[in-house]
Amino acid sequence: MKYITEYRDREKANAIANRIVAVAKDQSMTIMEVCGTHTMALARFGIRQILPQNINLISGPGCPVCVTPNRYLDHAIALARQDNTIICTFGDMIKVPGSTSSLESERARGQDIRIVYSTLDALELARNNIDKEIIFLGVGFETTAPTIAASIDIASRQSISNYSVLCANKVVPPALLALLSGRTEIDGFILPGHVSTIIGSESYTPIFEKHPVACSIAGFEPSDMLEAIYELAVQISSGDPKLHNSYRRVVTANGNIKAKALLNRIFEASDAEWRGIGNIPESGLSIRDEFSSYDAAKKFNVTIEETVEPAGCRCGEILTGNIKPADCPLFGNNCTPSHPIGACMVSSEGTCAAHFKYGS
Amino acid sequence: MNETQLSNNESRITMAHGGGGIQSQELIQGIFASHFSNPILNAMGDAAIVEIPRTYLAYTTDSYVVKPIFFPGGDIGKLAVCGTVNDLAVSGARAIYMTAGFIIEEGFEFKQLESIVASMATVARACGIMIVAGDTKVVEKGNCDGIFINTSGIGQLFVKQAMTSSRIETGDVIIINGSIADHGMAIMSAREGLSMDTSIESDCAPLNSLAEHLSAAVPNIKFMRDATRGGLATVLCEAVGENNFGIEIDESKIPLKEGTAAACELLGIDPLYVANEGKLVAVVPADSAEVALATMQSHPQGKESEIIGCVTEDNVGKVNLITTIGSRRLITMLSGEQLPRIC
Repeated sequence: MKYITEYRDREKANAIANRIVAVAKDQSMTIMEVCGTHTMALARFGIRQILPQNINLISGPGCPVCVTPNRYLDHAIALARQDNTIICTFGDMIKVPGSTSSLESERARGQDIRIVYSTLDALELARNNIDKEIIFLGVGFETTAPTIAASIDIASRQSISNYSVLCANKVVPPALLALLSGRTEIDGFILPGHVSTIIGSESYTPIFEKHPVACSIAGFEPSDMLEAIYELAVQISSGDPKLHNSYRRVVTANGNIKAKALLNRIFEASDAEWRGIGNIPESGLSIRDEFSSYDAAKKFNVTIEETVEPAGCRCGEILTGNIKPADCPLFGNNCTPSHPIGACMVSSEGTCAAHFKYGS
Repeated sequence: MNETQLSNNESRITMAHGGGGIQSQELIQGIFASHFSNPILNAMGDAAIVEIPRTYLAYTTDSYVVKPIFFPGGDIGKLAVCGTVNDLAVSGARAIYMTAGFIIEEGFEFKQLESIVASMATVARACGIMIVAGDTKVVEKGNCDGIFINTSGIGQLFVKQAMTSSRIETGDVIIINGSIADHGMAIMSAREGLSMDTSIESDCAPLNSLAEHLSAAVPNIKFMRDATRGGLATVLCEAVGENNFGIEIDESKIPLKEGTAAACELLGIDPLYVANEGKLVAVVPADSAEVALATMQSHPQGKESEIIGCVTEDNVGKVNLITTIGSRRLITMLSGEQLPRIC
């Protein structure tokens, strides 16, 4: 068992696709994949092609970089311009355009901005550069948030005082609730596998009870996603929505209890701004007052430039599944991965980047 | 003065080693001349005087700035010689002479420099290429990252016709000499900051012998290219270019080592776009495919060779990949660099 090749088997994939055709018949079904990693995997494996035409897959707001508002980037850039500061970020953020600059441009101008692969690497930088301030850009959902919480936890235990986090972490369920409250044409949701691994399938129960809609938690291999789509097709065609878990080999009802406890200790829920969607109550994570010395937003007083949104960019509508990338006049013309205008073109999990790269 | 004395007396490069005076001489004699020694270099003129056979020549240049300088499976020196030799080899040329320019950061360790130079000498000897001229510059600390190497290389053509993508025709077969993405992922794994416990080794290797064997066995070979920066995908996209054909490759046929595949999955990187330093992509006529494959597989550098695809009449100007589940997707040129994903 290698947990990769078994799930990429051609015959198995086609067998599931045939079951989907048999269940969905001619019924038109609109299914949203909430998570950016699903968007990328669907494109990479060419899954749309083996699905019947009447199943319409649309992408949701589950790319953390894409939903991070310009204001956050401008704040990060202002922090980067301080003396004796090292900004640490995951690679995806480096090219995202802010109002008038980007971290990449700031780095080219001489600011110290480094790509790290783990918050632990940022802590190591803090230990090795005690005369500098190390600021980690905390972006991501429940999948990455525990690693950021852990870094604050370690910094506090080891009294590392030159480390802080500019926190824009977000949580998925409130965004899902916001989507469901505003939209009725989505027949089913492929729920994120990684996020659900942390929060557990039970976390969706209150939302599901309020807005019963076909739901299936899915893994990221072709068979995983096809199984989830089959499950959704069964639920939609029978008019019997369920909160289903197709990713049982990883996702449990209660999730990762240790990670959740850590999240809860370091962070508290707060309202958060989502690019293109606006403010969603309780959808963000803020660092608790007890740990405010690790909160870069509180630790440093910087002047943030006025936010300017890129003209003509329709990322917001793409993130909510209202339009497809090709419907945006900038897509592929003015906005490409080498010259991105909107965040959806930058992140490797962005809907526009997926459509551009894989030509779907 | 020999290199041992040099290393003992002063273990780091100083600005004086680039000054052109006694220390520069000591560096050249102690390290470069002693390792690269050959009659042409030993003349120590301002230019190497070389004999050019009456033939067509291939002439190439490249610069090496790899970080880290030492990585699993090689170092910047081995990379510099292999890269130069391979550019010539896939152009159908036997490497004969090369030059090497070193830009060294003040404070660089002699021991490391010597180790790099020694590995260059070893590979050069194995490939039958002579390093006939060189240059050394030392820059202030902070002005370069350890060491950069620039090379140029001259090779003598062993094919009758230059290999260009315009010779490729519908029905031709595409072969690769082994697993992809090993070099790029070895570098990423070894880079500071990525504390991943992997055993991925760079595939950095000279391809001259394989290329020459293949060209001898399949004289009507159409095209060869080493799949370096931008990976296999970029080579294929460049091959279709403006030409009047398409390319179709089968994902399940492309050799990919388990550890490399896992590292790519973990970082969200598409192995098709990851750099190789010992991979040759060959396009041969369909009726020569079996001979080509057997020739490659019987060579030490091509044991894991596979036929990965073919040239098609339809989808002109496009590269299509048949995915593992049997769907098709378009392979396009990489736009921007591949960045590790956030979650």
